Amino acid sequence: MFVTSAFAQESAPSADTSHAATEGDTHSGTSVPAEAHGAFPPFDPATFPSQLLWLAITFGLFYLFLKRVVMPRVGGIIDVRNDRITQDLDQAAKLKGEADAAVAAYEQELAEAKTKANAIGQQANDAAKAEAETARKKVEAALDAKLGEAEARISSIKANAMKEVGSIAEDTASAIVEALVGGKASKAEIAAAVKSVAR
Amino acid sequence: MAADKVDPIHQFHINKLIPIDIGGYDLSFTNSALFMVTTVVVAAAFLFLTTSSRSLVPGRLQSVSEMAYEFVGNMLRDAAGTQGMKFFPLVFSLFMFVLVANLLGLFPYFFTVTSHIIVTFGLAVLVIATVVVYGFMKHGFGFLKLFVPHGVPVFLLPLVVLIEVISFVSRPVSLSVRLFANMLAGHITLKVFSGFVVSLSALGALGVAGSILPLAMAVALTALELLVAFLQAYVFAVLTCMYLNDALHPGH
Repeated sequence: MFVTSAFAQESAPSADTSHAATEGDTHSGTSVPAEAHGAFPPFDPATFPSQLLWLAITFGLFYLFLKRVVMPRVGGIIDVRNDRITQDLDQAAKLKGEADAAVAAYEQELAEAKTKANAIGQQANDAAKAEAETARKKVEAALDAKLGEAEARISSIKANAMKEVGSIAEDTASAIVEALVGGKASKAEIAAAVKSVAR
Repeated sequence: MAADKVDPIHQFHINKLIPIDIGGYDLSFTNSALFMVTTVVVAAAFLFLTTSSRSLVPGRLQSVSEMAYEFVGNMLRDAAGTQGMKFFPLVFSLFMFVLVANLLGLFPYFFTVTSHIIVTFGLAVLVIATVVVYGFMKHGFGFLKLFVPHGVPVFLLPLVVLIEVISFVSRPVSLSVRLFANMLAGHITLKVFSGFVVSLSALGALGVAGSILPLAMAVALTALELLVAFLQAYVFAVLTCMYLNDALHPGH
């Protein structure tokens, strides 16, 4: 539709008012600039050389600028970033490996320490037990010795007492004889008599 | 002047800013040339300045430049393989040029460079010329295998070759017309609806109320044109990549 209107314009470049009536409101009072020659501007061959020349100049310079300056720079930025990311990832992996090794070493040391602690505990326990045993034995031996001593003393005291029992009985018997008979009995007779009774 | 603004074709007029005439050819510096320069300067300055800090952790603008770079790079690598990366500067320049030209064209009163068929045709011819020249340089006459697909019965071959040749020849046309027509149609539609707003508003209170509809339409179209501006730059770059792939690997 617009193409046909363009050709309509081309065919009647000066008849603005006549085709404005047929084209409607939006086209009313169209004034075509002198250099457009009345043609639909995008199809006006008179503008082609100038547009092509300036397109070649501007696009050519744009291409060169992008190729020489912008693209190496943007590509460089992206490459540097990718390198950095790879490097950082490598470093992170390395650090993770180190951390894992440290954890493993720690766990091994912990296990070693545990077994060592157990051994020390066992040793201490055994030593304490042995010490207690010797102490008990010593005390028992001391007690036994004391017991023996006491028994010996008891038996000596008993023997003494038994010895003194004879003499006391003789004295008592001589006193009783004296009191009853009024004579004196000889010591030997009394001793023999006591002995025979005591037996 | 007010009437000019309502004319949807007015925005495509070429005005001479500095008349230059060499050997009978009109090589004037026009508004089209001015916006080509603007496009190139804006695109180059953006890419240059946003990456000047070379930050390891990019800021927002630097990421935009890097995204554009990697976007085009991945596109080319996917379509043409690692060998195709030698054309990376060309494809990246084309993508950035078309994208920035399309986006700049969306500003009111700005000229849209890509709405002129000669510009898009020039870029398309550049692509096809690169494909043909590189294809013959690399493969010699083996490049012509492009037109002879494998596994086609011999009696069908002339027909298939004819179709392949026609499709190859129509590539620069389709590549340039697609971009040109999208930009032209979009800007005309935008201008027509905006023109309705102006025309209706001139009719009084009722007209002002009625102009809300075309205004909403113009806003929606602006969003659509923003999408089209990116999409057409993308399509242009993708097709360039695919055609370059043919130059690298002519046997299908």
